[in-house]
Amino acid sequence: MANEPRRDVFQAIADPTRRAILLLLVSQGMTPNALAEHFDCSRQAVSRHVNVLHECGLVKQEQSGREIHYYLNKHKMKEVDKWLKPFRKLWESRFNQLDEVLKNIND
Amino acid sequence: MINLHETKISQDIPGKKLIVSREFSAPVAKVWRAWTESSLLDQWWAPKPWKAETKSLDFVTGGLWLYCMVGPAGERHWCRVDIISVEPGKQFRSVAVFCDEEGTPTNAAPEMKWFAQFEPSESGTKLIAEISFNTEAEMNAIVQMGFKEGFTMGLGNLDALLA
Repeated sequence: MANEPRRDVFQAIADPTRRAILLLLVSQGMTPNALAEHFDCSRQAVSRHVNVLHECGLVKQEQSGREIHYYLNKHKMKEVDKWLKPFRKLWESRFNQLDEVLKNIND
Repeated sequence: MINLHETKISQDIPGKKLIVSREFSAPVAKVWRAWTESSLLDQWWAPKPWKAETKSLDFVTGGLWLYCMVGPAGERHWCRVDIISVEPGKQFRSVAVFCDEEGTPTNAAPEMKWFAQFEPSESGTKLIAEISFNTEAEMNAIVQMGFKEGFTMGLGNLDALLA
């Protein structure tokens, strides 16, 4: 049996190119060609990355005329952030306490 | 000057790593002390209402930090941190596991490998800490072992494992 790649959001954001694609889509929808211009790798490679993001629901695609535009699925992005929330809270709490400790250390 | 620093957290799934970064409004020398002296560590390491209590700390290459997290109801959870390497004022590597009062590791607990780097920055110090795990499942368990309820629950689960 072929090794099926996992298609969950966390796998998707683990790749630096895919994270860069998501960042580009934060401000606007983009066509595959416009996206590819931002990367050194081939259009096919960028397109494969976009497909992974699309399959796991992080980007949506919309057809307008003959062109496809990719958009960020903000709802799905929130899911990613929610997952890390307990860990983030633990560290924010620790570091806020550390800020206080640092204020009181004598030179 | 704004004294509100954002804690940045990212997850590298193939690398089985969590990366935590944060700026501090204090010079590296002070931040380093807060990370390596037990009387200072005990003041901030445990998220409230928990408290950290150091039993012993020898922050040198090959040294050991043995401490416990004391809960609001007096529950105690021990942790040992083996200091693998230290470059004072710059970086350290360590391995943390849950253990008993004598520092004997509990097999059930995930092992966390730390690589913490401290750099001078505009606001004072930039910390970048990488926490690596042996398996993705262990990383996920630690992510979910968060603050307050999550934290307590996680350690409560550990009690069940140790029983």
